[in-house]
Amino acid sequence: MRLLWELFWIFFKIGAFTLGSGYAIVPVIEHEIVDRRKWFEREDFRDQFTLAQSVPGPFSLNTAVFVGYRMKGFWGAFFAVAGLVVPTFSIMLVVAIFLTGIRDNEIVSAAFKGLRPCVVGLIAVPCVQMLVKMNVWQMVMGFAVLALICFTGLSPVYMLIFGAALGVVLCCINKTEGLKR
Amino acid sequence: MIYLQLFLSYLKIGFFGFGGGYAMISLISNEIVTQRGWLSEAQFTDIVAVSQMTPGPIAINCATYVGYTVTGSVWGSLLATIACCLPPMTIMLALTVFYRKVKNNRYMRGALVWMRPVLVGMIAAAAIMFVNTETFFHWTSVAICLASFWAVWKKVNPIYVMFAAAGAGILLYGVIL
Repeated sequence: MRLLWELFWIFFKIGAFTLGSGYAIVPVIEHEIVDRRKWFEREDFRDQFTLAQSVPGPFSLNTAVFVGYRMKGFWGAFFAVAGLVVPTFSIMLVVAIFLTGIRDNEIVSAAFKGLRPCVVGLIAVPCVQMLVKMNVWQMVMGFAVLALICFTGLSPVYMLIFGAALGVVLCCINKTEGLKR
Repeated sequence: MIYLQLFLSYLKIGFFGFGGGYAMISLISNEIVTQRGWLSEAQFTDIVAVSQMTPGPIAINCATYVGYTVTGSVWGSLLATIACCLPPMTIMLALTVFYRKVKNNRYMRGALVWMRPVLVGMIAAAAIMFVNTETFFHWTSVAICLASFWAVWKKVNPIYVMFAAAGAGILLYGVIL
């Protein structure tokens, strides 16, 4: 029982105090789990973390699942996830309740006018970073997806399924596909 | 009925939420704005901005907010949040149990490699979706966008960038203009 609450508390802190994108929380989790509590070997943790990145969903959530499961099975995973979600949910709920009331406030609306173009710039960064690492075919595919989403309103779900299927097919045809990074 | 729709929509978002927060923005907006029409584009942009400034994963922030706005109740908020977490939790749990078997599976890796260009397209679509006359209504908006891009490219913490942009907004559009 103590271990369950400890898991809850670790991920509660992570959920409550880490702002910004997912990558910012990686060193925080690693510090808590590997350096302070020595629950994982560093290599082992990084390996599992790679897996957490390849499955759907926010990867702090996926990390909570594998750390919790390793320590205390299903309930460990459950408590770790609960710890992560509770503060995130509560803070956001308060914001949602108040924001609907003050959205028309002059100062708040001015702040949002500044924030909207900022969000565009923010999202463009990882996009350009990933783009420069791709080969020609992958770029063509990226632009095709972009055009489909913007002009047809087709759900990206189908494109993800297509991409995954293409990868599997290429693996069947080409023996080296999937082995290289 | 709206609760069931909300639950199903977020189940879908959770299940296909590959590639982290930014790629999920396209997925969420397609589901919530384009398909369901629960929010306007401007509302959605604001939610993205707010969820970036509050702690926790953006997908969960967004689920909490959308759940509340759509139903007007805390229960809708809770339902959307749970629905959003359920599929990734289940999948990750299964993969952790069978970890050693899937670790070096080349088919899985191949699939992931070719999902990456799709994710880049999705992130780009998220950025372009926000490019409209409501976002860029004045030349200073373009300046804020470029400055934000440059700062984050230079590894400045996005949180500081966002607070600076909000401050610039208040100063420019609340006081000066």
